[in-house]
Amino acid sequence: MPPPADHALTEARIAAALWAPRTPEGLGPEPSRDRRFAIYRNNVQHGLSRALAARFPVIERLVGVAFFAAMARVFAASHPPRSPVLLDWGASFAGFLATFPPARSLPYLPDVARLEWLRGLAYHAPDAAPADPAKLGQTDPERLVLRLAPSVQAFAAASPAVSLWRLNQPGAAPEPLRAGPEQALIARNPGLAVLVEPLTAESHSLLCALLQGLPLAEAETDPTPLLALLIRHQLITEIGETP
Amino acid sequence: MSPRLPDAPGLGFKPEHFRQALGAPVAFYEVHAENYMGAGGAPHAMLERLRAAHALSIHGVGLSIGGAAPLDPAHLSRLKALLDRYQPESFSEHLAWSSHGAAWLNDLLPLPYTDQTLATICAHIDQTQEVLGRRMLLENPATYVTFADSTWAEADFLREIARRTGCGLLLDVNNVFVSAVNHRTDPRAYLADFPLALVGEIHLAGHEAETLEDGPLLIDSHSRPVADPVWTLYAEVIARTGPKPTLIEWDNDVPDFETLLAEARRAEALLAGQRDVHAA
Amino acid sequence: MKTKTPILAASIAAALTLAAGAAQADDMAQERCYGVSLAGQNDCAAGPGTSCAGTSTIDYQGNAWTLVPAGTCATMELPADGMGHARMGATAEQLEAGGYGPGINRDLPAGFDMAVAETYMPVMM
Repeated sequence: MPPPADHALTEARIAAALWAPRTPEGLGPEPSRDRRFAIYRNNVQHGLSRALAARFPVIERLVGVAFFAAMARVFAASHPPRSPVLLDWGASFAGFLATFPPARSLPYLPDVARLEWLRGLAYHAPDAAPADPAKLGQTDPERLVLRLAPSVQAFAAASPAVSLWRLNQPGAAPEPLRAGPEQALIARNPGLAVLVEPLTAESHSLLCALLQGLPLAEAETDPTPLLALLIRHQLITEIGETP
Repeated sequence: MSPRLPDAPGLGFKPEHFRQALGAPVAFYEVHAENYMGAGGAPHAMLERLRAAHALSIHGVGLSIGGAAPLDPAHLSRLKALLDRYQPESFSEHLAWSSHGAAWLNDLLPLPYTDQTLATICAHIDQTQEVLGRRMLLENPATYVTFADSTWAEADFLREIARRTGCGLLLDVNNVFVSAVNHRTDPRAYLADFPLALVGEIHLAGHEAETLEDGPLLIDSHSRPVADPVWTLYAEVIARTGPKPTLIEWDNDVPDFETLLAEARRAEALLAGQRDVHAA
Repeated sequence: MKTKTPILAASIAAALTLAAGAAQADDMAQERCYGVSLAGQNDCAAGPGTSCAGTSTIDYQGNAWTLVPAGTCATMELPADGMGHARMGATAEQLEAGGYGPGINRDLPAGFDMAVAETYMPVMM
C-alpha cells in the first residue's frame, strides 16, 4: 500500500477543486464521487452567496436573485473571505461591482453597495453610551467639541443611492427618482436600529468635519439640522470643550 | 466542578425568535461563535439578555481544527474574548477544516483519518484548550466522500483524539445517520464503537435526501424536522448514556419558534423516560 | 468670533427643540428593531443539493455570462442624468456587444442542461 498523501497536499487539492470542475484524486467512493464532491462545492458557493446577500439585500433586490447568486460566486472566487468572521467580509464588494462587466449598465450599484456596507458597519460598531444633551446648553458654544457614536458614518454618492436604497425597503411606495448626488448619515441608535437619514451636502460636510474632531464653532454652515438629528437619535457620546 | 449544560433539550438561537426565546422554557441555547465576533450592537445585546436567563453553548464553525496549517492565533484570541465574556457552559468545534492559505472556505470540509492528521488535530486541540483555559467538545462530521488514504475508523479516531487531548465529544446523531447512509455502513455499528462515556452534548437536525446512480445520498442541511430513524437512534443512545444535553439544530428555512419548541418537546419526552430509568 | 456665539447658541437651542418633537416617533420605530438579517451570516447555509452550482466553474469572461439584471432595477424608471444612463437595465444588444449575449448557445457541450445554466450561470466548462 502506498504511503498516505500528505495532509497539506490533500487539503490543497480539495481547496482548488472547490472552484474548479475536477474532483480531487484519492476521494471516493465510485461511481458517484463527482456528485458527492459537488455537495461541498455547492455548500461553499451557496453559503458564501447567501452570506453576501444578507449583507447586501438591496443589491440582490435590484439585480434579482439569479443574477446576484451568479455574481456572488464570481466575487467569492476572486475576493474570498480572509477570516471565518463573515460579518467582516464584503468591504471590496462595491469596488468589485464597479468593474464587473455584466453589471456595467447599472452604474449606481457600487454606491448602493457602499451604503449597505456602511449600514453593516453601523450595525456591528462598538457600543457607546449617549451624552446628556442638556450639557449642550451649558457649554460655551465657541469651545464646543462633540464626539459621535462609533457607529456614525457619513455617506455621499454621485447617484441617488439613498433614494434607491429607500425605495427598495419592504413596503416602500414607488416614487419617481431625481437624478443627482445624495448624502446620508448612517448610524445605530441606542434602540439598536440602523438609521439612514438623508442629509444636505452642507450637513454632510459638517458631519465629516465633526467626525474629524472639528470644533462646532468652525462650522461653515448652519449646524441646526445636523445637530437636531444627532440629538434626536442620541448619537453624541461626549460633549467637551476645546482648552 | 465547572458548570455544565443541563441534561435537557436546547435550541439553536435565531435572532428572529429573540423575544419568544428569551422567556421560553428552553434548558439552553446554542449560538455559532463567529456571529458574535462583531464589536457591539444587536447581536451582543441579544446574547447578553439570553445568557442571563439560560444556559449557553457556544459552537464554533471557524477554527479549522482539522486543517493542516497552524490554527489562526487571531481567531483563537477572538474565541477567548467571547468565552471570557459570556462564560458558556460548553464550547465545541468540529472534526473538519475550513480555511486554506489565507482564504476562508465556509464549509466543514472532510479529511482523511491517518496517523498524520491525528497528530495535527491533537496538537490543535491541545493548543485550543490551553488558550481557552477549558475543555472543549469535538463533533463528529457528516461526510459525503471517503478517502482512500484513511487508516482509522472515525469512531476510533475520535476516541484516540479524546484520549490524547482530554477533550470531550459532541455526538451529532443526524451526522452519524447521514454518513452511514452515504457510505452504506451501519449507524448502529458506529454507535456501538463510539465512546459514549465522553459525550458532553448531543445534536439532532434534519437532512435532505437525493438519489445517486449508486443509491441514496443524504445532506446535512439543518433545514427540516429531525427524521424518524434519527429519533430512533437517539433513543437508543440515551438508553445507554442516560439523559444528555440535546440540541435541536435548524439553520436553513428556519420555521416559527413553536415548531422548534415542538422538536424540543419530542426530545424531552424521550429524555424524561431515561430520567426515570436512570434515577431508579 | 464673539459675534457668532449668539447664532450658535440659538442653533443649539433650536436643535434641542426639534429633536424633542421627533423622539416619540422614534420610540415606535425601535420596537421592531434587533434587525436580524445581519445577525447570522455564519449560520452555515448548506446548499440545495448536488446538482446546481457545484458542477459549474467560475468563468464570466467571453461568452459565458447570459444573465441580465432582472430585479427591481428592470422596473424602476431612473431619470436621464449625469451618469449617462436614461434607464436601468442592460439591453440584449449591449450585452451581446460586451460578449455576454446568447452566443453562448454555440459553445455548449452536448447534453448541457440549459435550465440549470440559466439559474446558475457562470456556466459549465
